Amino acid sequence: MSSNTANLLYLITIVTFILALRDLSNPASARRGVQIGAAGMMLAVVVTWIRIGTTSWWAIALGMLLGGGFGAVAARKVHMTAMPQMVALFNGVGGGAATLIALDELHRILPPPGAPKVDISLAIVLSALIGAISFAGSMVAFAKLQELIQGRPITYSGQQFVNGALFLAALGCGLALVSGVQQQWLLWVLVGLALLFGVLFVLPIGGADMPVVISLLNAFTGLAVAASGFELENNVLIVSGMLVGASGTLLTLMMGRAMNRSIANVLFSAFGQIQDGGAAAAAAGADGGSVRSASAEDVAVMLAYAHKVVFVPGYGLAVAQAQHDVRQLADLLEGKGVEVSYAIHPVAGRMPGHMNVLLAEANVPYDELHELDEANGEFPRTDVAVVVGANDVVNPDARNNQGSPIYGMPILNVDDAQAVVVLKRSMNPGFAGIENPLFYNPKTVMLFGDAKDSIDKLIADVKNL
Amino acid sequence: MSHNTLLVFEVTILVLAIFLGFEVISKVPTLLHTPLMSGTNAIHGIVIVGAMIVLGVDHKDAFTWVIGFVAVVLASANVVGGFVVTDRMLEMFKKREPPQRDE
Repeated sequence: MSSNTANLLYLITIVTFILALRDLSNPASARRGVQIGAAGMMLAVVVTWIRIGTTSWWAIALGMLLGGGFGAVAARKVHMTAMPQMVALFNGVGGGAATLIALDELHRILPPPGAPKVDISLAIVLSALIGAISFAGSMVAFAKLQELIQGRPITYSGQQFVNGALFLAALGCGLALVSGVQQQWLLWVLVGLALLFGVLFVLPIGGADMPVVISLLNAFTGLAVAASGFELENNVLIVSGMLVGASGTLLTLMMGRAMNRSIANVLFSAFGQIQDGGAAAAAAGADGGSVRSASAEDVAVMLAYAHKVVFVPGYGLAVAQAQHDVRQLADLLEGKGVEVSYAIHPVAGRMPGHMNVLLAEANVPYDELHELDEANGEFPRTDVAVVVGANDVVNPDARNNQGSPIYGMPILNVDDAQAVVVLKRSMNPGFAGIENPLFYNPKTVMLFGDAKDSIDKLIADVKNL
Repeated sequence: MSHNTLLVFEVTILVLAIFLGFEVISKVPTLLHTPLMSGTNAIHGIVIVGAMIVLGVDHKDAFTWVIGFVAVVLASANVVGGFVVTDRMLEMFKKREPPQRDE
């Protein structure tokens, strides 16, 4: 196959990726988008294989079998709740691949009399640097979400300085390479520094912000892949990588906006650190600090005789896999003439859209899922708001307490409802590690226990009424 | 084509891709943020093409073998895992029939 034929076929792949991105922006066509993208990917792999010919075909096949097999099994086996860390993992290995390609390319062209052109060595440096940061950062994000390491920000003094110094040192190695120093070890040192930087960069970021970080690292991997495209002079890598780099950046900004926080604030503020005594105590203890706990029977009566009930799902719902049970309870209540809807915060769960996915799985009708503004308009005429494993997204401190790290984030104003029922495992603070005065609100009753068990008890009790 | 002509061409498509990337997802609803992130994650799995190219060169030494092989493994995991995870997320949007009321 000539290189022109290959490039024309690669163009088809590029078009499928653009169509895939466009289709992914709409719920009705999203699935078709993935299939189109996968078909384009398949085409690119086949074209590349034909071009390479028989050279090390068995090694390529074995590598694909190993990597693809791992990817397929891991992605199939994992629970819906663990999807975010899988995205992090698969993003990281992509960045790792870009780094390895850079190391390989430099090794191939460097032995004398080889002298890479400036743009090629620049591309090699960039893809190695960005790919390594993305790889290491994604692995830390994976470890945090998988709770292999603690989700809370890990900070020490001089952190920004150390990170800055590491990054500058890596950049120094890169500059030396670009300016013509033909030493492979420089690229190895650069990769080592970039890996360390990637780890230290993500460590101080709280677990609740990981989706934004993963999105950013996803854009990074895209950029690294585009740089690989320059070093291999391959159009499909340049365009596809840059498409991901650009759309990933925009997506990161959108996610930040949904939380009403700038990306710089997400990355550098060590959000969710244990706060200084003052602010936390003021938030928690102000209302006298008493928490009312209720039995399932009490709550069942409240629900059955309400006119309007709004469910507010959060990560606890996902962990307990309680979406089908919530749906069942909602149907039961609707059968009794109660008006039921769901209030979905844009960042409820661990990923934007997490709750929509889970409730869609339980066949909750679309029109019962209400977004932030709509839901907040309804709470004043809601009898009971049932918070199922959500915490930070209903924390009134975001409205009232300027000392709170989530101050300014738009929240669901469940405290506007006549009564609030909070289903929660225990009094432990939420993922962001912040106290929630909602639990101390006189309107609030707590129903402690696993969300699924509690909902099942409520279903039984409502039936018995 | 001379190296510089090719480079100018490459930079041109790079810049066009930036604008296209911004434009094509500018109107995405919140509920699709996660599947879209996962979908773009799968798309940068195109790095598999690069990994195949470096492992597929003639006359390579042990270093190139090993590094190229690992690159193919990682990139394949990115491609397959990325698409499967995205598809699983979206699987949940497919049923749109009205819910049955069994009470």
